[in-house]
Amino acid sequence: MPVKASVGGYARAKDLRHAIELLSSADGMARVLAGGQSLVPAMNMRLSTGDLLVDISRLSELRGVTDDGDTICIGSLTRHVDVGRDPLINQHAPLLAKAVEVIAHAAIRNRGTIGGAIAHADPAAEFPACILALGAVLHVEGPDGTRTITAEDFFHGLFETDLEPEEILTAISVPKAEQGELQVLQEVTRRSGDYALAGVCVVRRAGGHRVTMISVGDQPALAKAAMAKLDAGDIDGAVDALRAEIDPPSDTNASASYRRHIAGVLLRRAMAEISGDEA
Amino acid sequence: MTEMFRDKVDINLTVNGEAVEAQVPVGQHAVDFLRHELGLTGAHASCEHGVCGACTIRVDGDAVRGCLVLAAQLDGSEVWTVEGLSETDEIRDLQEAFVARNALQCGFCTPGMLVSAQELLSQDGVPDRAMIREHMSGNYCRCTGYEAIVDAVESVAQQRAGKAKP
Repeated sequence: MPVKASVGGYARAKDLRHAIELLSSADGMARVLAGGQSLVPAMNMRLSTGDLLVDISRLSELRGVTDDGDTICIGSLTRHVDVGRDPLINQHAPLLAKAVEVIAHAAIRNRGTIGGAIAHADPAAEFPACILALGAVLHVEGPDGTRTITAEDFFHGLFETDLEPEEILTAISVPKAEQGELQVLQEVTRRSGDYALAGVCVVRRAGGHRVTMISVGDQPALAKAAMAKLDAGDIDGAVDALRAEIDPPSDTNASASYRRHIAGVLLRRAMAEISGDEA
Repeated sequence: MTEMFRDKVDINLTVNGEAVEAQVPVGQHAVDFLRHELGLTGAHASCEHGVCGACTIRVDGDAVRGCLVLAAQLDGSEVWTVEGLSETDEIRDLQEAFVARNALQCGFCTPGMLVSAQELLSQDGVPDRAMIREHMSGNYCRCTGYEAIVDAVESVAQQRAGKAKP
């Protein structure tokens, strides 16, 4: 079976304003093409057909990481490979650098972008769960100007976000890790680079734990019951609470009950890693 | 709909060091453009959704999936395929090691393997077998069981570092 993209049209944006004009002119039919590592396979598999593509991949103003004082600001077109080796990210948001190690394969990390991965909102992807665990803020620009959205409010469901059709995710602001803050990511895959059967992000701050899961629901969500148990120092209780509050899917890769089981195992591993990092 | 969106676009790029101008359908993959329009059939179109690595090419210095890049996106890019890397002798030692170590049988995956391995070997340091396996995990081989491929890449890594085993 040939696996070829079905594309309705293509336009290469010259700058951000031009990109927003293009999106606005397309009557809701446009899709933003960044690194293309999720959108192009979706088009190849004909999961998405007839899209009018607005190619923003050359907008250099959306690339790179800057120090904003209490936060770091990551341009949405920063590629996975660049996230992984960026000194500011490694120092202040190491969870994102750890995620890069397990995202797909080198050739895909050379092209995929953090903003693309977040805007695509695949619940099996690492970056959406990471930015929610970190409490990031997303910067969006549209015809009416700019706005910010918290990671908590950004994800609406399976591949669904708060973005309007004519808006572009331009940057992600991530709070700098506090002194003594620990960030870990644990996941289980069948083969290196596969989507996780399940994964967990744990951020431990003075103010408490933040826990998010990968591949166990329609969208990344804070595991609030588990977080409360961890704050109380009750890891067994947190594992039970986590297994109770998630509703993982069954598919050809893993059953819901297996995903629920390994979610708890991964939380234990994450907490053991945090204890080890402390020692 | 708007005339700002095209179904064909003009691209200017270099492929294996030579300037290329073309008009491409906007849904065409980079690997299909290279194979069908330029006759560069080294990169293979196989799974066509980014899983197998047979289409791996080098774009602007990075190994990428030829099936996950649109030809339209290659405008202004410097593209190298296994043909160009062979002609310049950049990967001669790697190719010889693949032969010497029986790192290919049918050879379908080999062009993608070579481009991926060359990226790893171009980076700082001497990769060990675990690093080689991890880096090559996105390239599928259905013949060899991978051991010989890791042998070949490891031997070149050591040769290039001046630590060739006798």
